Amino acid sequence: MQIHDTPTLKAEARNLNFYYGEAKALKNINMPIYDKKVTALIGPSGCGKSTYLRSFNRMHDLYPGNRYEGEIRFFPDNTNLLSPEVDPIEVRMRVGMVFQKPNPFPKTIYENVAYGLRVRGENNKRVLDDKVEHALKGAAIWEEVKDRLQDLAPNLSGGQQQRLCIARALATDPELLLFDEPTSALDPIATGAIEELVHELKKRVTILIVTHNMQQAARVSDYTAYMYLGEMIEFGKTDEIFIKPQDKRTEDYITGRMG
Amino acid sequence: MSANNASDLHQVSDRLAHNAMRHFSERLIEALLFAAAAVSVLTTVGIVYVLVSESIQFFQHVSIVDFLTDTQWTPLFDDAHYGIMVLISGTLVSSGVALLVAIPMGTVIAIYLSEFANGKVREVAKPVLELLGGIPTIVFGYFALLIVTPLLQKVLPELPGFSLLSAGLVMGIMIVPYIASLSEDAMRAVPMSMREGSYAMGATKLYTAIHVVVPAAISGLAASYILGISRAVGETMILAVAAGMQPNLTWNPMEPAATITSYIVQVALGDLPHGSIGYQTIFAAGLTLLLVTLAFNIAGQWLRRRYREAY
Repeated sequence: MQIHDTPTLKAEARNLNFYYGEAKALKNINMPIYDKKVTALIGPSGCGKSTYLRSFNRMHDLYPGNRYEGEIRFFPDNTNLLSPEVDPIEVRMRVGMVFQKPNPFPKTIYENVAYGLRVRGENNKRVLDDKVEHALKGAAIWEEVKDRLQDLAPNLSGGQQQRLCIARALATDPELLLFDEPTSALDPIATGAIEELVHELKKRVTILIVTHNMQQAARVSDYTAYMYLGEMIEFGKTDEIFIKPQDKRTEDYITGRMG
Repeated sequence: MSANNASDLHQVSDRLAHNAMRHFSERLIEALLFAAAAVSVLTTVGIVYVLVSESIQFFQHVSIVDFLTDTQWTPLFDDAHYGIMVLISGTLVSSGVALLVAIPMGTVIAIYLSEFANGKVREVAKPVLELLGGIPTIVFGYFALLIVTPLLQKVLPELPGFSLLSAGLVMGIMIVPYIASLSEDAMRAVPMSMREGSYAMGATKLYTAIHVVVPAAISGLAASYILGISRAVGETMILAVAAGMQPNLTWNPMEPAATITSYIVQVALGDLPHGSIGYQTIFAAGLTLLLVTLAFNIAGQWLRRRYREAY
């Protein structure tokens, strides 16, 4: 882990509040996301870490009654992702997401990966072939599927499906990649493959990952944020958080006395 | 000690008796349920038996080759011809027109209700739509004859007073609610996580609906289309009222023609002597209709299995 460099900012939450109707789910969150680093969000169930993650690609806009307050600044252009003037579709063009349960589309492996490119209007066969292959290689699944790109994606195993979903997100070269507990539906071997992949991917893309698994956070992330009841309790370098947490609540959670 | 034993035995035998009673009532209920199921199966078997046995007698007079290839259907004339294709053509053309209306319209309505409409709109629109499915078909028939045909004649002056086109269009409107309602159910059953996956890629609602939700729900959509086809092929009153009843081998929807169903109505209303060949044509036509519907149902089942939900 690089400890002595000063990383550049990729995004920053500023005084972020979020409401599901009347219920306040995020309370005044301030947190930096560093460029080409892995940031892990940990905390007990219901602490708001998924809610926070899903603010970065405006997924909450899909459901009525949700409301944001505050800003998520996105760099280098200093755009406020949450501004009502910013089209959520524009945001999602720049911020990719991998979900808790693998959710491949009922299409071929090839078409799953090409999906985001087609959404962006790319229909040139050669460009698509190229980017699909590149994305599948990036998600470490190319060798397994290169001879059956026209098979239906839902026929893959769970771990393969999840790597396919990562390839799908990678194909469009996102600047920030959100992972929402990407290994909670997978066995230990598939989990190991995904973790290795996350480690590899941070060379290319900034990663924000929600995880229930403390060892996973310790293994894959450079920075860790501990959330509790909608608040950001502590944020810091992962090794510092795990070795010497500043807040009692963080320490209790990490040592397994709570959650 | 022994008294104790005896009372124990007594208790046990009581429980046994209770068990036996429960066993009996369980059996009784099972028998009742079986009987209820058997009624519907036996009815179907009985109908098929009657259709087949009467048709066998019919085919002793008329060869199957003539039945399938003759280009005239005049069973009640002195110069009798029994070309079922005449009736099949009317059935297929009117059903084709109906499906050209019902499948696109039903699917679009389903997409709107499932993907775009908010809760309030859906709460009102769906019951109203289903109400449309409750209108008696005879009402649709007169609607076709007295309103749709005159309207069409303003655009198409050559259109006769009875036509497959007009009957088919109205039949399509009749089928829309079935297709829309079943398709909407199929699309709503697609898990939200799949839509989120598409939105997260930057797709719009429409793109998601067309490229993810519809393919994911395709087996449900196919089932609704098959139901629509079955309804169209079996529909009687609209055609009897608005399509004219003269047998006419045509593939042109602008002409009047009889369908299998409207022929059966027409002949069944007259007083044909039992056992005459004219009487038996009803069963031969009925059997043909059954086979056509069966073919579509089998195709539908096959489609459903082929494109079963993969999520």
